[in-house]
Amino acid sequence: MDRQKDKRERIVKRIAREFKDGDVVNLGIGMPTLVANFIPKGVEIVLQSENGFIGIGPVCGHGEEDPDLINAGNQFVKMLPGGCFFDSATSFGIIRGGHIDVTVLGTLEVDQDGNIANYIVPGKMVAGMGGAMDLVVGAKKVIIATEHCDKSGKSKILKKCRLPLTAVSQADLIVTEMAVLERTDRGLVLKEVAPDCTVEDVIQNTEAELIVADDVKTIAV
Amino acid sequence: MDKLTTLEKAMEPVRDGQVMMFGGFMTVGTPFKLIDAILAKGVKDITAVCNDAGIPGRGVAKLLAAGVVRKYYTSHVGLNLEFRQIVAKGGIDVVLVPQGTLAERIRAAGAGLGGFLTPTGVGTEVENHEGGKQKVTIAGREYLLELPLKGDVAFVKAHRADRSGNLIFRKSARNFNPLIATACRHVIVEAEHVEDNGILDPDMVHLPGIFVDAVVQG
Repeated sequence: MDRQKDKRERIVKRIAREFKDGDVVNLGIGMPTLVANFIPKGVEIVLQSENGFIGIGPVCGHGEEDPDLINAGNQFVKMLPGGCFFDSATSFGIIRGGHIDVTVLGTLEVDQDGNIANYIVPGKMVAGMGGAMDLVVGAKKVIIATEHCDKSGKSKILKKCRLPLTAVSQADLIVTEMAVLERTDRGLVLKEVAPDCTVEDVIQNTEAELIVADDVKTIAV
Repeated sequence: MDKLTTLEKAMEPVRDGQVMMFGGFMTVGTPFKLIDAILAKGVKDITAVCNDAGIPGRGVAKLLAAGVVRKYYTSHVGLNLEFRQIVAKGGIDVVLVPQGTLAERIRAAGAGLGGFLTPTGVGTEVENHEGGKQKVTIAGREYLLELPLKGDVAFVKAHRADRSGNLIFRKSARNFNPLIATACRHVIVEAEHVEDNGILDPDMVHLPGIFVDAVVQG
């Protein structure tokens, strides 16, 4: 359990360094929400919640909940000064209209062409796409936050997604506990590896074909 | 015209087989009292439109569990752990619609549009939903033609209403509420506070009262 927590913290810490001051950001349900806890000093980002507001603050402590204020992951949250509310059509106008700089989403599968599959497992799990299909086509940059392999040890970064797609060719950056991978016109480029991994480890644990960057960096912890 | 009325009167036009739209996101902004009234009236064969399947035992989830919903337009059902069993029992046709597309289809119906083009869902199974969708290429980019979604009755939750039906929503409880009110023939509002006309600041009204047919004290 602690190992899992450690993996996730590594992933979200690395992603938190991707933002520029002033970025408007939408964080998906689950692990991506944790990114907000690690934004570097001096960088201020604005968080959008697809259920209709800008200015998501911290999760409420016991007794602080407002029944009319949740984030899109169904957590009671506070709102920061300067935030505002709007209806769902405006919210998705913001999302599809290119007014979100970065979105961070978890996934079931992602592939070397940037295809994402994260909303349904036929015959098993029917979650629904929620706002994910709109977010990945609308946001300027799509970051996938995922563990490198699934629970049975199989790579989640594939040659080609097998599950029904959430979107075609929309993933820009994939961050796992082992590596940072960037999608380019040439293919998926291995840019950074974790301090306790080698390039060889990453390649062995990845189904997708990787292009190893000339200057592979170590992920700063 | 005084739109403040009794629950019974407001519910009069509600019948079997109608397309009903519900405000709310994970039950925040969901009109619980109106949903209980649908169940009490024994209405069935409903086509329901709601962002999500909510939480078991609360709001729209009650209609789903009662087996009175025949078709369900929604974007997300993953947080209702009862939903799998409901679907497994059969008798419900679930249409998954991306959340932004759902909001815009409802808005389009209320705004008199014949549809709209969205990049959302291109290259996914959404292309094949509802009998297949037309693809249109504009300036080299592919879009899906999405058609408006109209309803018979909208069930809206507001924070404040006046007797003319002007509405103010509160915080994230706004979500789909003002949209569904524009897209349905009959619009019923459950308001936490009902005021006389002239009390609400007209500059602060979120939904003009002309869209509303009946206001019920929540």
